[in-house]
This record gives sequence, structure tokens and C-alpha cells, in this order.
Amino acid sequence: MRKKIYITAGYNTISLGTGRKEFHPKKPRPGLEHYIKEAGEATLKLIGGAQNVDETVISNFNASQYNKQANLPGYAPFVDEKLKYKPSTRVEGACGSGGMAVATGIKFLLSDESDVILTLGFEVQNTVKAVYGADILATAGWWKDRKDGHAHFFPGQFSDRAGSYYEKYGREETRSAMVRWYKNAIENARLDPTAQEYHNSDFDLEKMADIKPNGKMFVDNLTVLDCSKVSDAASALAIMTEDGLVRCGIDKKDTVEIISFAQAEDDITTQPEDPTRLITTEKVVKVALEKAGITKEQIGTVEAHDCFSIAGIMATEAIGFAELGKGPEYVLKGNTAHDGEVPFNTTGGLIGWGHPVGATGVHQAVTIWQQLTGKAADAQIIISETRPYGMTINMGGDDKTVTCIIYKKAE
Amino acid sequence: MTYDERLSNVSILGAAGKMGSGILLLTAVEMADLSFKKENENQTFILNAIDVSDKALAGLVDYIRVQARKIAEKKIVFLRDAYSENRSLAYNDEIIDEYIAKVLSVIRPSTRIENTFNSNVIFEAVNENPELKIKLFKQIDENSDTSPWFFTNTSSVPISYLDEKTELEGRIIGFHFYNPPAIQKLVELINGKDTLPELNDFALEYAKRLRKFIVHSNDVAGFIGNGHFMRDALFGIKLLNDLKSDYGFAEAVYVVNKVSQDFMVRPMGIFQLVDYVGVDVCKYIMTVMDPYFESEDLHSDLLDQLFDREVKGGQNSDGSQKDGFMKYEKGRISAIYDFYNSEYVDVATIAEKMDSLIGNYPDNHIMWKEIIKVRDRTELLATYFKNLDSLDSLGAKVAKEYMNATRAIGLKLVEQNVAKTGKDVNDVMLTGFFHSYGPINDFLPWEEL
Repeated sequence: MRKKIYITAGYNTISLGTGRKEFHPKKPRPGLEHYIKEAGEATLKLIGGAQNVDETVISNFNASQYNKQANLPGYAPFVDEKLKYKPSTRVEGACGSGGMAVATGIKFLLSDESDVILTLGFEVQNTVKAVYGADILATAGWWKDRKDGHAHFFPGQFSDRAGSYYEKYGREETRSAMVRWYKNAIENARLDPTAQEYHNSDFDLEKMADIKPNGKMFVDNLTVLDCSKVSDAASALAIMTEDGLVRCGIDKKDTVEIISFAQAEDDITTQPEDPTRLITTEKVVKVALEKAGITKEQIGTVEAHDCFSIAGIMATEAIGFAELGKGPEYVLKGNTAHDGEVPFNTTGGLIGWGHPVGATGVHQAVTIWQQLTGKAADAQIIISETRPYGMTINMGGDDKTVTCIIYKKAE
Repeated sequence: MTYDERLSNVSILGAAGKMGSGILLLTAVEMADLSFKKENENQTFILNAIDVSDKALAGLVDYIRVQARKIAEKKIVFLRDAYSENRSLAYNDEIIDEYIAKVLSVIRPSTRIENTFNSNVIFEAVNENPELKIKLFKQIDENSDTSPWFFTNTSSVPISYLDEKTELEGRIIGFHFYNPPAIQKLVELINGKDTLPELNDFALEYAKRLRKFIVHSNDVAGFIGNGHFMRDALFGIKLLNDLKSDYGFAEAVYVVNKVSQDFMVRPMGIFQLVDYVGVDVCKYIMTVMDPYFESEDLHSDLLDQLFDREVKGGQNSDGSQKDGFMKYEKGRISAIYDFYNSEYVDVATIAEKMDSLIGNYPDNHIMWKEIIKVRDRTELLATYFKNLDSLDSLGAKVAKEYMNATRAIGLKLVEQNVAKTGKDVNDVMLTGFFHSYGPINDFLPWEEL
């Protein structure tokens, strides 16, 4: 990168939805303004106030349908009046919006246009029931595929992927690994008070999750526990140049440095070339590692886009930790667990922490920032000297809009 | 007549009531689903919703609209398939709206009994009053052109008795839904001694299509469900009477209710269940059942007295719980009725006094709402009850006595030939009452108790 870029001042609201004690589908809930304000204000406070911010990047997937609200850049001055008349940009790449927001912020800094960016992602999905939310989420795929797609469109897409994977590499071990993925997700979520599954007290997680998918009720190859959550939440962070750090009075020890980032896009009108692989993710990880000048063996923790457990497992292969078809074994050996070789999704990921679509990529960056700066509290993992890097992979649609970012604690 | 033809014209009596509206909903949905079949393209489906109250019928359509939406939402996978050829319906909401319209289109609300005279099937869900049922059946049968089959939702009146009084000659069957019919999986199916085999076959097909879980009960008043529940409640009242002199009335209610819920790992305590069903309803069912059991006294003075004092339980029209043995706030117990002073006492005060006497939960205790999620829970329960057995606290003692009694009730239902097997009793309690285990089990050393 042509200059050093840092992130700091990360903040997550709680992820509200099924699983949280506060959540009751029939009771009124806070709206999008609540989440935007809470996350935005928290980050601004940590960087000395909104006067220090040059511009804002807001990520969101589909407030137009979930909340009947568009023109989202207008929420920047709503967070703080000192952002009035400053630039604000909304980015959208479905579930990959948050990663896109961080990448966009980085690019704005690299363009010398700004030194301090407020990045804020949010989604408030519980305004509609899941069965209608499925239609909204389906817009992350090609609209012409909707009619012949599954009622639960994206679970249907990834169920097909899982089915192909079972066929090619064996059903039993893959299902076991998916069950393990779920268990890890919930156990990690129990370590983070903001996580949607933080209150989960289920007795025997593996037993719970070890159920046979039922295509008559849901999809053929996944159970609902293989799916990410429907969530209301926002995450925010600040992205800065060295000058920005000085302006905000931020100590480098409270920051992580962006070592590299990569974005890749696949054609939304096409189906995956090989349903057992996340090819766009493979590409984007490869570029990010090359740009960082490091190898995957130096990655100490990953926030992967486990919109479905099978996608999490495929991500271990896309990064190269496991050979193709060996992701299940890699997971079952405990490598991705909280105390594993490369802890994945240390606060629960999309299945355990939650998946407020447009916020997820920002939340992932916040989690890595917490882990690398020792701010992860009960969820803290040990970052070794040989594996000092963190990685986030944020995916929009069915492996279409993907961002990979590599981080390291600033020196 | 095929299943589809027979179901093409049905009437429901008491359609606006709690049970009737649920049966109406499920039948309307079933008719809508049948109409998807190619061979039914030209078949008109008619579902007469008959009730005495015009006002109630007016609200009924709204109820069906809301409930049909919930059902449609749950079966969206099926619906997308059913509407796959209609290219104009691409989104779930469009498909659901279309389906709701289809469900509503079969229903014809009316207060006029004459509308039932062309129906092939009459479903009765009126008050649990044998004379009323008999009168309606006779009136319809005398005027009908179709010699209809009669389904009764009675939970206590023997089918053979109704058959005999109405001279239907076997054209009647007991089809006892649990409340609410749209949610509860269990149906008790009761053949009278002359019930036509083809009617039984049709009932089985209908239950299967509605995805109901059938337990066959013999034709003995109260059948299995109320046969167990009424005696279970009477035993709870007996324990209450045993304990009240030592601890006070409200305190004893608290103990028995808490033990029967938490220590016995049930979804609700026995007095909460009586309140839920209604003190008045329980009293009435006992009255219907009692004459059929000469060696037993299926009757409670306490329920009579509570009824006289207008302490009746049951639910308000919005589904909230009315005051009974206990008072409820947002579904939680907030106070307990003190019989001696005719007033409700704050539950926290009683809990403070009684919880230490009841004692801690035995080791390995798991709350009902947790354990019900575990499919293979026998081992977990066995470990827990073993620990319970080793304790001598008030809670453990009451629990053991109660479990012994409920087991005896279950065994007696088999002995009296109400249930064919112990499994049928357990199935009813598991599926109709959501117990986490059946009353007939090996969890405690029964011989020693």
C-alpha cells in the first residue's frame, strides 16, 4: 500500500434477533436509527469527536425493503451534527457490503482525499418474518432466478452446494463438521455479550445440531442451525492514516494496521462454476496474501463468512488451510476452534454472533481489531509471534462480491 | 364416494368457538390443498361455518385470514411447488396472498342450520353438553339429503351413547382435537361400538392429511386425555388438601404447582394447567365422566366452591389467562388464591417462605423447556430422577408421591380398557400435554414407593 492505514475505535451494538433474551418477535423493537446512532456515537467518542472525521462510509444491504428507507448517506449527520455537509457514501454489495465499506474507506484514504473515515455498517432485518426476508435476501442473487429458486432462496443455493459437496467428498464427515462448526460458533458467541447467541444455554450443542435436513420443511441439505442469524445490529470503526491518528490522538497500540486488501467480483447472472468451491473467495484471498507478502501459515485468526456452515468449511479450503475436500477433516480436528491452530470466528461469526447483513464485514474487522489489540475480553485468543496476522473474508451473494483484508497489530 | 368428494362439502357446528374455529381453519386449508389437484379442477369445495352468533362469525373470517397466513408461511416450500407453473407469482409474499384467498374462498359463514343439509360431513364442536349435541345431530340427520357422517370433538361423552340417542347407526366417530387444534398434533380417535369402518378409514385419512398424530382411545367417558388429566388434577387437589393444614392454602397451592412443574419436569404446574383449561371446564368434564365410574368419585368440592366464588380460570378473548388458582401477569404467575381469605397473595412472598422448605432441585435438574429440545432424553431424565429419589426434601417427597399417583392413573387407564396400551397413555401425555416423559416409566423404584 502506498501509505499506512490503520483501523481503530471499533464498536458493535448487540445483535438482536432470535436467541437474545431481549428479543420478542411480537414486541416493538428499536429501529435502524437506534443502531446507527449507538454504533456511530461510540466510535466517534473513541476518536475524540465527529469534528475529527473527514467523511463517512455507510454499508447496508437492503434498508429500502426492510425499513422502507433509502438515501442512507443522510444518516451520517444524524449520528452527529458535526458531520453535516461533510461527504458521506453508502456502499452496497449484499452480505459483502461491510467489507466493501472498509475497502472503500481504505481507498478514500489512499487517494489522499481524507485522513479519518467513519465506517458504519448496519442492517435491521427483523421488520419482516424470515419467510418474507427470504425474498429480500434473494435480491442478493439474480432476480431472474427468483421464481425457480427455493422458498428460502439462499439456504436453497447453499443447500445445493452442500449437496454437491456431500456427493463429491462424502456426506457423513461433512455433516459432522457442519455440526462442529455450529458448536464452535455457539461456544464462541457465549464469550461475547453482544452476540446474538450469547444467552444460548442449550444443553448439548452437538446433539441439538445433529439432525437430518428435511427438504419438505426447509431445504434438502441444511438445517436451520446450519444458517446464519437474522439480525438487527450495527458495527462501526474508524479508518485512518498516520496523520489521522495524530489528529485524533490515537495511540498506535490501540490500532491495527491494514496490511493488504483485495476485492473481487463474479457475474451475478451466472451459477457457480464448481459448487463445491468458493472460487471468488479463493481468488481474493490469494491476491490479499500476495499483496501482503505473507503466507497463510502466518495467519493467526480468521473471520470467515459462514453465512452457512458449509460456507465456513469451504472457506478453510479457499484460504488453503485444507486441501479441497479436506475442510471437514480440518474442522473436526479442532483447528478452527477457539483454542485451535487458527481460531475462526472467535465471537461466533454469522451463525453465533449474528449476520446483520450490511454490518457483517464491519463487524468482522472490529472483531479482528479487538483480538489483535487485546481488547476481546472473554473471547480473547492468544496471538502468537509466528502467526501475527488476522484475516477477514466478507462475501456478498453466492460467492459474488468478496473482500479479503489482512491486518496486523500496529507497531 | 372418494375422500376428496366426501370432503367437498363439510359443515362445522360451533365454528366460531375456540375448538370449532381451529377445526374450520384446518379443514379449509385441507380443501384448498385438495383443490390444487388436477382431477379437482372442476370440483367446488364448500365449508359451512355454522354458529349461533353472527357477531362471532364476523370475527371468524379475520381469525382465519390471520391463521391461514401463519400456515401458509410455514408451508411455503409446498406452496412454491404448488404454484410453480404460475409464472406471475415469483415471491413468497405473492404466493402466500394467493393461497390465503384460496382458503378463504371455501368458507361460508352462517347462523342457519339449514345450510348443513347438503354436507357429507358434519363436524361438531359445540359445548360439552350431550343433550345439545344429540338435538343438533337429529335435526340435521332428519333433514339431510346425504346421510352425512358425524364427527364429534367431544372430550368426554361416549360415542356409543350419542349414536344410540341419535339413531345414526354408526355414522358417528369421536375425533378429539387438543386445544388449539391448529397447533396441537394429537387427536384422540374414538370408535363407538357401531362406528362404520369406512368412516374410521376416512377419519384416519383426514387426520393423516392434517398431519395429526392419532391415538386410538376406547369409548369410555373422558377417553385417555381427560381420563388422565382429571384424575391428575384431583390428585393435585388431594395433595393440596394434605398440605394446607401445615402450610396454609396458598402455600400448599404453590408447593404442589411448583413441584408438579419443576421437580416433575412438566411444561406447567397442575394448578396452572387447571387454570388454563378452566376451573369451570374441569368441573363440567368431571360431571360428565363421573356417572361412568362407579368405584370412583370424579368430583372435587374445591372446584365447586371456586366455581361458586367465580374463580374460574380459562382465557380471555385475547388469549390472556383469567384468574383461577393463581393470578397471572404477562403469562407469569403473580399471585396465588388464598381460599380462606378469598384474596390473592403475592407469589414472591409465598416463594420466600416456601422455597427453602421445598428444597433445592435435585442434581442434574433440567428445566422442561430445555429438556424438551433433547430428543433422546431418557438417560438424562433417569439420572435426574435417581437424584430426586435420593432426596428427602418436601419437594422431593411430594414429587415422588405425585409421580407414583400419575403412574397408577396411567396403568389404571389400561386396566379399565380406556387405553389399549401403556404406550398410548404415554403418547397422549407426550403429544397432547407436552410432557417430557410418559407417566408409565421406570424412573423411580415404584415397588418401594
